[in-house]
Amino acid sequence: MSEPLLRVSGLATHFFTRAGVAKAVDGVDLSLARGRILGLVGESGSGKSVTGFSILGLVDAPGRIVGGSVRFDGTELVGLDAESLRQLRGRRIAMVFQDPMMTLNPVLTVGEQMILALRAHQRIGRTEALARGRDLLGTVGIPSPDERLRAYPHQLSGGMRQRVAIAIAMLHRPDLIIADEPTTALDVSIQGQILHEMRRLARETGVALIWITHDLAVVSNLADDIAVMYAGRIVESGPARDVLDRPRHPYTRGLLDSVPGDMPPGARLAQIPGSTPSLLHLPQGCSFRERCARAATGCATMPELIAAPGSPVAVRCHDPIGAAP
Amino acid sequence: MLGFVIQRLLQAVLVMIAMSILVFVGVYAIGNPIDVLLSPDADQRIRAETIARYGLDRPLWEQYLVFAGRLLQGDFGRSFIFGISVFDLVMSRLPATLELTLAATLGATLIGVPLGMYAGYRPNGALSKGIMAASVLGFSVPTFWIGIVLIFTFAVNLAWLPAGQRGATAALFGVEWSFLTVDGLRHLLLPALNLSLFKLALMIRLARAGTREVMLGETVRFARAAGLREGTILRRHVLKLIAIPLVTVFGLELASTLAFAVVTETIFSWPGVGKLIIDSISTLDRPVMVSYLVLVAFLFITINLIVDLSYALLDPRIRRGRG
Ligand SMILES: Nc1ncnc2c1ncn2[C@@H]1O[C@H](COP(=O)(O)OP(=O)(O)O)[C@@H](O)[C@H]1O
Ligand SMILES: [Mg+2]
Repeated sequence: MSEPLLRVSGLATHFFTRAGVAKAVDGVDLSLARGRILGLVGESGSGKSVTGFSILGLVDAPGRIVGGSVRFDGTELVGLDAESLRQLRGRRIAMVFQDPMMTLNPVLTVGEQMILALRAHQRIGRTEALARGRDLLGTVGIPSPDERLRAYPHQLSGGMRQRVAIAIAMLHRPDLIIADEPTTALDVSIQGQILHEMRRLARETGVALIWITHDLAVVSNLADDIAVMYAGRIVESGPARDVLDRPRHPYTRGLLDSVPGDMPPGARLAQIPGSTPSLLHLPQGCSFRERCARAATGCATMPELIAAPGSPVAVRCHDPIGAAP
Repeated sequence: MLGFVIQRLLQAVLVMIAMSILVFVGVYAIGNPIDVLLSPDADQRIRAETIARYGLDRPLWEQYLVFAGRLLQGDFGRSFIFGISVFDLVMSRLPATLELTLAATLGATLIGVPLGMYAGYRPNGALSKGIMAASVLGFSVPTFWIGIVLIFTFAVNLAWLPAGQRGATAALFGVEWSFLTVDGLRHLLLPALNLSLFKLALMIRLARAGTREVMLGETVRFARAAGLREGTILRRHVLKLIAIPLVTVFGLELASTLAFAVVTETIFSWPGVGKLIIDSISTLDRPVMVSYLVLVAFLFITINLIVDLSYALLDPRIRRGRG
């Protein structure tokens, strides 16, 4: 098999705070082929955003990548010099964030921000840059793009702003876009539109996507593959259908049960008992065992992320669901 | 935008009227100028005559209306002491103060903002710590003391620069300016430096605080994720985002220094308006005091108005005619 577009292995990013070392990402493995969509799912605080930032080399102090590797299209990104990383960002790997109200600059017009993003990687005149920006705004489904180029972010609706952010991310036709909860701040109806738009764009342009979300329902009809994250580690990963239909990790099961799917009206949603543990006080062994109904004494050692023979799904559990007794 | 401008202009006019009344009444309450104008042995007739000549016998409101009416025609009255038009008197001093103040405030801003932004960008660097330590000095050491040290070092010991006065001037728009001649610039340097140190410290602190905050925000993260160079992020994103407090303080400092540059002007014998007002207070030269204070109020209000309007230029969210 040829090398995938992105292969993350053993990635570890720790935050060295006064209260102690927060191992926000502690041995993450991911793999993504060209044109594929990977859903990275987990409760908030599980380290999804930090994983995304680590791939781009955008971890701020007091955080630091302390180990592992990020191979992107044949290049090792961990330890790469700052200028090479910058040239990669926005051009070959782009990122979209949760709240476009916070990410777009409120005092610059949309057009101005697109010009800045274009000029980060190529010499291009204003007129030409604006023409390119207008094309992209049209591509992401923004009506009357000429007017929008002259608009300031506050003059656009939330959905429009996020489309602008997506257009900026797509300016250089990147190979990979990391979308960090891009619909979480939006109304439900807008969420659907943006999801639909992204699926179409990914299909048309062949861009690979890492779609970060805490909401399994969002990725269920978007992602080709799913990786479930808990306390800085991947606990289950594999093709979306397999993970969603036959979850093997108790945590994935718990996440699925808490999604309001086709349930009889009035039925209570199952909640995972307990709450996300503090990264500073993780239990010995499996990080999930204190919330796990299946936990046993064997769980005091950390399980490996492995696939059963013949299964496409890898799971980090001593006693996965549906395993032969 | 036009509505916003008109609204601000109206507010400015109202404030100006209120200020002129306050100033007029306030100065009226200080001493009795007639005691200064006349020698103690002047007889009753001369006394009454003088009072009538200056309109001091009429009710306060009438005096104010006369004063305000003349003001509108550009007539600021006549100095009790110098006997010449107050307008000419103040105008002969104002350019000196204006250029001193502008040099100090602009210099402090142009140097302080980049230094502060650097210190905010690299908060833990050795250079940043040096900049911040120096800015504490700028805050805590009194102006008059720095002025004397400057004169002692550069004028007396090293003899590089003159210790006071304005030096040679050249005319521009019919006004004499020092900054147009080399000798004038040499005279301007020390007092401007003296006056700018506090502002420099202020600008450094403001720019640093703003930069630190913005650098941690999502806008910068998104710009970095788009591959923008750090220099571009600082110049195009951060500078614009921190501009409003900087412009505000620039305006306030400019206005207050125009009005109260008196300490520096005294130390460096700079013939500006600061010295004029101190003299006029000690001689109870009421027209000079009143006109000067009205002028200061006018400057404050004008600068405030410009600052307010520049907010709208800097931040599109304000343009919608808020409040
Ligand atoms: N700047 C930071 N300083 C200290 N700890 C941080 C910082 N950023 C993230 N972390 C740690 O990393 C954990 C994971 O954060 P994040 O990746 O944002 O979670 P998610 O995106 O899954 O909600 C946080 O719970 C926190 O403990
Ligand atoms: Mg997050």
